[in-house]
Amino acid sequence: MNVDFNIDIRHLTRVEGHGNIHIAVREGRLTEAKWAVIETPRFFEAMIKGISAERAPFLTSRICGICSISHTLASIRALERAMEITPPETARIIRLLAMHGETLSSHALHLFFLAAPDFLNAPSALPIMQSHPEIVQAGLMLKELGNALSIATCGRCTHPVSLVLGGLSKAPSKQRLLELKTKIAECRPALEKTTAFFRTLTLPDFVRETEFISLHDGKSYPYIGGDLVSTDGVVRDENDYLEMTNEYLTDFSTSKFTKLSRQSSAAGSLARFNNNYDLLLPGAKAAAAAFGLEPVCHNPFMNNVAQLVECHQIIEEADTLINWLLDDELRDIRVSYKPKAGSATGAVEAPRGILYHHMETDDEGKVIKADCIIPTTQNNANIHYDLHALAEQALAEGKSEQETEKLCVMLVRSYDPCISCSVH
Amino acid sequence: MNHLGFKMDKVKVGSFDFTCCEGCQLQLANKESTLPDFLNLLDIRNFREISSERHNDYDIALVEGSITRSDEIDRLKAIRAQATVLIAFGSCACFGGVNNLKNRIPQDEAIREVYDGKTIDTMPSMKISDIVQVDLSIPGCPVSKEEVERIVIGVVTRSQVSLPKYPVCVDCKQKLNTCLFDLGEICLGPISRAGCDAVCPTGKTPCLGCRGPADDINFASFKQLVKDKQLSIADMREKLSFYNGFAEYLDT
Repeated sequence: MNVDFNIDIRHLTRVEGHGNIHIAVREGRLTEAKWAVIETPRFFEAMIKGISAERAPFLTSRICGICSISHTLASIRALERAMEITPPETARIIRLLAMHGETLSSHALHLFFLAAPDFLNAPSALPIMQSHPEIVQAGLMLKELGNALSIATCGRCTHPVSLVLGGLSKAPSKQRLLELKTKIAECRPALEKTTAFFRTLTLPDFVRETEFISLHDGKSYPYIGGDLVSTDGVVRDENDYLEMTNEYLTDFSTSKFTKLSRQSSAAGSLARFNNNYDLLLPGAKAAAAAFGLEPVCHNPFMNNVAQLVECHQIIEEADTLINWLLDDELRDIRVSYKPKAGSATGAVEAPRGILYHHMETDDEGKVIKADCIIPTTQNNANIHYDLHALAEQALAEGKSEQETEKLCVMLVRSYDPCISCSVH
Repeated sequence: MNHLGFKMDKVKVGSFDFTCCEGCQLQLANKESTLPDFLNLLDIRNFREISSERHNDYDIALVEGSITRSDEIDRLKAIRAQATVLIAFGSCACFGGVNNLKNRIPQDEAIREVYDGKTIDTMPSMKISDIVQVDLSIPGCPVSKEEVERIVIGVVTRSQVSLPKYPVCVDCKQKLNTCLFDLGEICLGPISRAGCDAVCPTGKTPCLGCRGPADDINFASFKQLVKDKQLSIADMREKLSFYNGFAEYLDT
């Protein structure tokens, strides 16, 4: 086909932050495919210098409005490792529950409000509230459960208040925990309804082999800390995060790009799934099987399904964690510490993938250097090269300009990019 | 839409983000139990984060974030020209927020720290009212959905809208919390504007003043309290400068 067209999407909708897609086709051949982040940088690594370690997690929380709990916990982990602070086990469990809440809420937001409209040919979830009210209701229930888990465990779902160095400033009451158990039971039918609904949708058939990077500790599905692993067999210690990221700048993006063994790599739910399938609970494995999702899957659109599989995993685990807490006295939640000089990395699995904070403190406990590498930063190169391969495939299949554009925006949304976060 | 038998037009709303974390816009999708009813009041004409439909015929503009690049000034002025009511939404929009912490250092030093000296277009962070007229402010990091609902409903029903004039302490005391000063911590609750349900001191962490100063605060007395309790003035200053809501008090 001898066609010429440009796809120029400025400020892509239904993603967090500002990114552009450029595709150029001349005489039926793809001449350019570009993912350009044009978000304004905020310079968090510069603004954190001189801030007390105690306050630093409250600042880095503000990197992201969706995954603020993950940012808080990444900073806390880095600073606790740097200053050799060991938080009590009860605090560790409550932090994990806070993070589960954030991931569940973030996945529900993405699946229902950002991704689903494409599959139903709607511009947003608003018309879907009219056409499929019971589906949106199920999504809202899952999102609300996620928020309730976070609010009960750390005071607020966006920008947590009680996650502090040394543990927690306040524990949830047993009454709140019992209410959460009831909520989880109420949400199980909503989760089943969601799974059944997503099974009716057809995901684009597209595969580009890549390298998936996530945490892995061999004991449980990954959330906070562990080895850094890739599906190409790379294994590194948490403190050696720079060897996994190899950040570089391009001239068309304010967000950096990264790579490991190949020209690009991917982080996120699909990466966690691909590296940790054996550690999923039976219910989550069954959900994956219902979609034919198996490791190692190289179709980026399946990240949507992997998010749904993780919703099953999280809800199951949250119930177990709450049982543990109900048997605990909830008193031993915080240790005191003396500020000291040190440096360490805190790696956590944020909803959108592996997140690194590296912190260096002086002997007064002030942060003297920080480095934050965001999941979306680690997906930028993969999105960029996927767009190229996807547009070529669409052209080869004789797809129209409109069809190609739709596939491209759906591809970017599948990564659930958190763009302002990536340009922190 | 009917209210007490009166027919009311839906109000046309646009939601826009500048330099920020987009956490305030995210709050609009929270409080799920009342979300369908709340959305039913509004005709969302432009809200990039959740919808691919983009129209420029909105009457109310919710503006989140601070301004840190010249193209943002042009975009903000265009929004101001269209909107009848422009609401600065969140601490970044109202005060500059945490973004203003970068103004403490020279811009080229910040660029060197983060981008290894690559040419990056940026400028010192400014609040929305530094550039255009702001009709209403809803501070908070993040904003409280309850307050946003209350204010938007107030605008829709043409009723008076205002923020609490009193400090966070008033709400905190009603929750029977132990005062953080009694636990040896500086809390900005005595001087910060209420309306957040005292969420931080209720979680046993000090208020950092994300809603800015309450009306008629006695800052000298607050500073004396910090001194009397032999707490750190440096810690007080770190807290006061966190969201830039207390910029005018930092040198007093």
